[in-house]
Amino acid sequence: MIGNLILIAVGSAFINNVVLSQFLGICPFLGVSKKINTAAGMGSAVVFVITLASFVAGVIYKYLLVPFDITYLKTIVFILVIAALVQFVEMFLKKKMKGLYQALGVYLPLITTNCAVLGVALTNVSKDYTILEGVINGLATSVGFLISIVILAGLREKMEYNNIPKPFKGMPIVLLTACLMAIAFFGFSGLK
Amino acid sequence: MRKCMERLINGLVKENPTFVLMLGMCPTLAVTTSAINGIGMGLATTVVLVLSNIMISVLRKVIPDGVRIPAFIVVIASFVTIVELLLKAYIPSLYAALGLYIPLIVVNCIILGRAESYASKNGVVYSAFDGLGMGLGFTFGLTCIGMVRELIGAGSLFDIMIMPESYEPVTIFILAPGAFLVLAFLVAIMNRIKLAKGKDTGVGGNCDDLCRNCPNTNCGGRGIAGKE
Repeated sequence: MIGNLILIAVGSAFINNVVLSQFLGICPFLGVSKKINTAAGMGSAVVFVITLASFVAGVIYKYLLVPFDITYLKTIVFILVIAALVQFVEMFLKKKMKGLYQALGVYLPLITTNCAVLGVALTNVSKDYTILEGVINGLATSVGFLISIVILAGLREKMEYNNIPKPFKGMPIVLLTACLMAIAFFGFSGLK
Repeated sequence: MRKCMERLINGLVKENPTFVLMLGMCPTLAVTTSAINGIGMGLATTVVLVLSNIMISVLRKVIPDGVRIPAFIVVIASFVTIVELLLKAYIPSLYAALGLYIPLIVVNCIILGRAESYASKNGVVYSAFDGLGMGLGFTFGLTCIGMVRELIGAGSLFDIMIMPESYEPVTIFILAPGAFLVLAFLVAIMNRIKLAKGKDTGVGGNCDDLCRNCPNTNCGGRGIAGKE
């Protein structure tokens, strides 16, 4: 049981890294990775939302969609649940947890359209994970996202001072960095 | 009629979602391991885009302004589900190849972007052509990237071997890092062309543009990218 959970966690955090091998959540990965601080903030907000969303989506799937035999509606239901959940989390944090809201608040609305959230919810269903396995998978996937966005931000802070050929300035050099990171993460596939 | 053609050209060339606006990067990187997958994904997106544009344009006077984004998402998600079921029934090989990325068409920002910026303000026929132009532009972009990756990574084009027997395929091009590599060089080439023309590298040259072009106006990303 525990061994299985650890296997799922290592698999989704490193071997099938959400950005570098599954290409989910590319927009925030490239767009919000200029500074380590903002990258870490974005990453933590994603960890928070994905873990919560995979729990809620798992519960709804198991106790609402399966008994009524309407699992083909999962895409529509999940995207609405995620959008509503993000709104509620934002309102709750604003009222009850001021400190956390100040740290994560600006990143929350951004996450609704982050395909990683919907991607994790759908993966959990397609792989027949139980709710606990789904939450662990969500947590590990988003920690994988946090790790890669922080590494990329660190590299980009250093690259500011490098002399980059003009056509490669901006997006191309970031994509090349991501390419090298993806090659490095291939090393983890030996863990299998 | 002229305006319909103008919408088609606009999507294919002037505001090409892949090469100019750089929208919908997740499927662009993920499914372009071969030219056929690129075309399949592009066409699936085109069908959803045209149908959702038509539906949203028809309903544009009915949907209250306050709840328009959730309403658009429901319309888009319904069409995506229809396309997903059709693919599963009639083209199972493509369904297996694209897998998770078919339901993820819902969160492709091109579709919500066209709904928000065009279909919710214009007539049905123009919206349909706008969706068709954008969709074909996206298909064109995905096919181009898919062709480059398939040719170098597997030595074939559209599943037909065209490289000589002695050619050793560079497999990394059809693996994950190859997607980043090909896109990096494509954007660099485009920047080079823009530099030669004497324009500064505006769109596509800068990561902040991902946020600036993103149609999700409720999102805080613009603010964050600007402040950095």
